[in-house]
Amino acid sequence: SLSVCMTNCPTLIVMVGLPARGKTYISKKLTRYLNWIGVPTKEFNVGQYRRDLVKTYKSFEFFLPDNEEGLKIRKQCALAALNDVQQYLSEENGHVAVFDATNTTRERRETIFRFGEDNGYKTFFVESVCVDPEVIAANIVQVKLGSPDYVDCSNDEATEDFMKRIECYKNTYEMLDETLDNHKRDLSYIKIMDVGRSYLVNRVMDHIQSRIVYYLMNIHVTPRSIYLCRHGESELNLKGRIGGDTGLSFRGKEFAKYLAQFINEQNIKDLKVWTSQMKRTIQTAEALGVPYEQWKVLNEIDAGVCEEMTYEEIQENFPLEFALRDQDKYRYRYPKGESYEDLVQRLEPVIMELERQENVLVICHQAVMRCLLAYFLDKTAEQLPYLKCPLHSVLKLTPVAYGCKVESIFLNVEAVNTHRDKPENVDISRPPEEALVTVPAHQ
Amino acid sequence: MTNCPTLIVMVGLPARGKTYISKKLTRYLNWIGVPTKEFNVGQYRRDLVKTYKSFEFFLPDNEEGLKIRKQCALAALNDVQQYLSEENGHVAVFDATNTTRERRETIFRFGEDNGYKTFFVESVCVDPEVIAANIVQVKLGSPDYVDCSNDEATEDFMKRIECYKNTYEMLDETLDKDLSYIKIMDVGRSYLVNRVMDHIQSRIVYYLMNIHVTPRSIYLCRHGESELNLKGRIGGDTGLSFRGKEFAKYLAQFINEQNIKDLKVWTSQMKRTIQTAEALGVPYEQWKVLNEIDAGVCEEMTYEEIQENFPLEFALRDQDKYRYRYPKGESYEDLVQRLEPVIMELERQENVLVICHQAVMRCLLAYFLDKTAEQLPYLKCPLHSVLKLTPVAYGCKVESIFLNVEAVNTHRDKPENVDVDRSREEALRTVPNHL
Repeated sequence: SLSVCMTNCPTLIVMVGLPARGKTYISKKLTRYLNWIGVPTKEFNVGQYRRDLVKTYKSFEFFLPDNEEGLKIRKQCALAALNDVQQYLSEENGHVAVFDATNTTRERRETIFRFGEDNGYKTFFVESVCVDPEVIAANIVQVKLGSPDYVDCSNDEATEDFMKRIECYKNTYEMLDETLDNHKRDLSYIKIMDVGRSYLVNRVMDHIQSRIVYYLMNIHVTPRSIYLCRHGESELNLKGRIGGDTGLSFRGKEFAKYLAQFINEQNIKDLKVWTSQMKRTIQTAEALGVPYEQWKVLNEIDAGVCEEMTYEEIQENFPLEFALRDQDKYRYRYPKGESYEDLVQRLEPVIMELERQENVLVICHQAVMRCLLAYFLDKTAEQLPYLKCPLHSVLKLTPVAYGCKVESIFLNVEAVNTHRDKPENVDISRPPEEALVTVPAHQ
Repeated sequence: MTNCPTLIVMVGLPARGKTYISKKLTRYLNWIGVPTKEFNVGQYRRDLVKTYKSFEFFLPDNEEGLKIRKQCALAALNDVQQYLSEENGHVAVFDATNTTRERRETIFRFGEDNGYKTFFVESVCVDPEVIAANIVQVKLGSPDYVDCSNDEATEDFMKRIECYKNTYEMLDETLDKDLSYIKIMDVGRSYLVNRVMDHIQSRIVYYLMNIHVTPRSIYLCRHGESELNLKGRIGGDTGLSFRGKEFAKYLAQFINEQNIKDLKVWTSQMKRTIQTAEALGVPYEQWKVLNEIDAGVCEEMTYEEIQENFPLEFALRDQDKYRYRYPKGESYEDLVQRLEPVIMELERQENVLVICHQAVMRCLLAYFLDKTAEQLPYLKCPLHSVLKLTPVAYGCKVESIFLNVEAVNTHRDKPENVDVDRSREEALRTVPNHL
């Protein structure tokens, strides 16, 4: 389903770094991105295996380098995780596995690399190096204080224990080293320094590694929010017709004014505004009175031969196509048109640029917004085409901890509902009533 | 992509690929629509000093030489300023050794004073084989050595490199920590990237990290003649004509004879390219982004019908064929944007055969042959011909192989009269014959 076969043999990504260096943050984000672009990826967090095995975390002493019991359990967890990696990549059609642990000794990395070789995986290391105490303190606040390990501790107790946990690793930490790691074998890796100030990239082997490097070099952790909304209600929306390129209805124009007001009130620093190249998003942006950028790739999904039809007309003229779409809405491609899967591929540069940017408002379309939202909220291909993105509502997405906080703001201007749920009967032999039972009301 | 202009500054000893990278990067940026120009200080030196005598010009204690070289650098920077500040250039590539921290300071300050963002690209290489190969590829044929034997040229050039080595101060992680740069090591084995500031720098880094110098060839051709081609109709998604199927067989034969190592074959997702690839009997990959330009409301029409139904659109297209977008369709400019991932992957790959379409092939060819937006939509890409592109020196060798199966001509030249009030005959004068 990918336009280019990105992976011939599976890829094993191995995180490297002291605690609180962003390894899990990177693992989860990278996994989310790869799955969104269609590369089946799964992360394996060894700390989670440890929590499942050891039930109750007592203190940093578990991590002392001379704690025999602790070392034994930790090694056991790493091996259990690798076992699951092998299951995923070799038996469950996974393409990429992200092995999230400190992996701070050369010996441990050797073990993992040999495991990869034995199984025919390409191994790529991602090391995060950071010495800035402010960054580390912020990480601890963001993701450690709320960890299951510290559920019965005060913030101060948790911070103190975690700092000692970090110390346990420092003495045995062997960073990826150009000379030492290349002497034994030519490792492929990226070393991320100071949250992206600089990067050292060594021996990128193939397309997927190149894409991973590009992605990792574009993400940042500066606080910001992304606002997603659709154009104001359009003339075709009112008539229950899909696609086309019409202007806003009266209510749509009202929405645009309310949107301008809302944006003003939010007082957003250096907000960038993006639209598609279709009239309805451009008209919506015009009301804001600020500069905006038009992206053709933000245009609504091309419904091909079904452009500007109502669902009733599609059922009338293309009952087979209508049923096939309900059977697999993500992959179904309108004749002479596009699929959601195609849409994701053309939206990838938008996601990449959203990652680079800070505060952005994207005024787009239903299918487009579903795709972007699925990326931020880690929705599957099955869920994506049914995400609810009603007209006249703005979604404010703010990255927090390992995920995204979502606030939905309805701007109090009524609009038609354009959301058609998946009907119960998706057989090609279904009667028209059953095909149309979920079509929302329209003129 | 660019708010303030960007000044890219090459850094490195001679024969490290600086000019190769400058030219390639310039070509890529121009193709994706970022006005870029390279400024080779060596060329300024050749224009000033007319005849090159020997490496002694470059000795670190040659006062006269130093004076001239500085003069050339300043003249080049002056032209950079002209290009970026007065001629609407977005990116300037300053191609010189720039091997001392002092020289780079001067350039950085020049950038700051003019409101440019400066990005350094350093190429570091110690592999003597690579350096020797570079000398053979691009130095022996240099105007500097036009009257020398290869051995004389090589010997002199090696001494020229020595002139720079003692004063070479590489970009340093600590000393240069606030500069934006990429350090390329050993022709791409590894990279150090520091402080990427904006989108264009991020794209430049991505591009530089994907190019390689391993010898290979790229084969471009169109699908075999299609049913709609025969009827003079544009677009659509039909299968091959009888002659198109013959072409596919000949293509299979040709590919076999070429005996290409690990050839990858790519097609679009339209029937006619897929049918062509099927005849090869090898695995192939289908890319939707290789689909032919979407002619929107004009899909499957003949030019006569377009003139009949959309005479205004037809004239507008002739006025600016690159930027003109068919109603509900695409422009060549749109096509370039969607083909960018193809170009990036072609750079990563080695031997590839791309079976595509007329407009698509024009875009890809324009990238490899450094054609302008004005030339691109009129590049000749006839049916049943394969173009073999082989990178050589700073450019691309092109071999055109016609596979000896006749096909209709689908190339419509720009007519003389592009006014909206032109007559029907004037509009259709350059339409090629069809059924």
